[in-house]
Amino acid sequence: MNIVNILEEIEKVDGEIYERLNPRRAAMKDFFNMSKKITLAAMPLAMGSLFQKAYGQTAPLSVTEVLNFALTLEYLEYHFYNHAVVAAPGLIPAGTPAVGAITTIRDHEKAHVDLLKGALGGAARPALAYTDFDFTAKGTFPDVYTNYQTFLAVAQAFEDTGVRAYKGQAGVLKGNAVLTTALQIHSVEARHAAHIRFMRSGGPNGGGAAIKPWISLGANGGANDTGIPQVDPVYAGEDLDVQTGVTITGIANGVTKAKAVESFDEPLSSAQVLTIAGLFLK
Amino acid sequence: MKNLQEQNTQEEQSVFTAQLQRRSFLQYAGAGAAGIALMAAGCKKRDRGIPEYEGVTLDFKDDFGVLNYAYALEQLEAAFYIQVASAPPSDFTAAQKAYFQDIQFHEIAHREYFKKALSTAAIGSLEVDFSSIDFTSKTSVLGAAMAFEDLGVAAYNGAGVRLKDTNYLLAAGKIVSVEARHASYIRDLVSYGSFADLTTLTALGANNAGGLDAALTPDKVLPIAGKYVKTKINVINL
Repeated sequence: MNIVNILEEIEKVDGEIYERLNPRRAAMKDFFNMSKKITLAAMPLAMGSLFQKAYGQTAPLSVTEVLNFALTLEYLEYHFYNHAVVAAPGLIPAGTPAVGAITTIRDHEKAHVDLLKGALGGAARPALAYTDFDFTAKGTFPDVYTNYQTFLAVAQAFEDTGVRAYKGQAGVLKGNAVLTTALQIHSVEARHAAHIRFMRSGGPNGGGAAIKPWISLGANGGANDTGIPQVDPVYAGEDLDVQTGVTITGIANGVTKAKAVESFDEPLSSAQVLTIAGLFLK
Repeated sequence: MKNLQEQNTQEEQSVFTAQLQRRSFLQYAGAGAAGIALMAAGCKKRDRGIPEYEGVTLDFKDDFGVLNYAYALEQLEAAFYIQVASAPPSDFTAAQKAYFQDIQFHEIAHREYFKKALSTAAIGSLEVDFSSIDFTSKTSVLGAAMAFEDLGVAAYNGAGVRLKDTNYLLAAGKIVSVEARHASYIRDLVSYGSFADLTTLTALGANNAGGLDAALTPDKVLPIAGKYVKTKINVINL
């Protein structure tokens, strides 16, 4: 994991990242000192706390920054699926509905890239190529393009992250015509997420992973319902059951904590999302 | 079912009363330091002499109108899934029964969330009309479920831009992606792989070339939803 690279990526969507970090040099210094002592596995968490410090008290992104942030994610998703479709023979079982499904999702992600690039015009971030990414996440998912189940697990993490990422920027786009377009992308990502989850569970015939199309409560009441601890940051906070001050658990007969959690998808901040995306950037 | 209907009717009356109480409150509050006693008196007077009027009114002048619009749609969805979950078509698999139970509770949670968030500003309960749905037929139930979910996604996507309060906008965003997950699942039951077939959603405002889901303004959504609602829905300030 390359922290400089991640900071550069954030700089592309948030030109003020270094200014945000600057008044808190002590936090940066602490972070670098600490990072020498901690293991690679704990890095995402440490990064999260760094960005929490950087962004904790600062203004949200601008509309242009949000669109570039979205564009970064769409590049990531597009290249992830495109490589699976065109350059990973045998990964997606031939002759099954999965080929059509992954191709459909790939096409949507490409459409999103083109749409956002067009909307941003000259303000669009530099293009990202497949070679800019490492979908093994530095070896966390070494067989992502040879093991179909690993591929689906990573796909699910990307789609659920995408849904959370768009949701997290709704406030910036409030009242703007761009909001409707962003919502239209957001719900398409949710359809993808549910389908990938359904695929993982074995589709209409079942027999696969114990996972629902909607994000439920994880084992032992945790926020991550996927059974894959490596993707914990993707589901951080998904176990919330209070909405605008209204407690959903028990709001009616049968609405258990699990049902309450399933009923509302939660957002992620741009910093949380970029930390996750950064794991897949070279 | 009869009990449910009775309960709905009761709720409807009490909510109508509550709304009028609020109106009385606004009238009497304008009088200044008249105080609680006057307000209470106003309520009693209104309780006796409510002019009967038909239906509910969605006033889109502020966020409450948008939230009531969502509340109306969630009432419709919840009523539908309660009926399906209580007596699913005989050829539903065990997994399908379980997921329709889940969806039922999601829609109930959404409905009750809006009711609580709106408090005294909430519209009354809607009386539904599902006479066009054959609840014993899997095809009919899945077709109706798909129509409800796709319409729900279109409605939230099209109304989000009207919301002025960031927290309510976020709450609507948290709900719409769950509706989209439902839509994806149900579409996959109707035809596996059609989870996001945007070419079939152009009538609801989807754009396949842009990879964009359905989005419809309330004036387009309500006539479609109206097919399943007996209660008259009046719309103002849209």
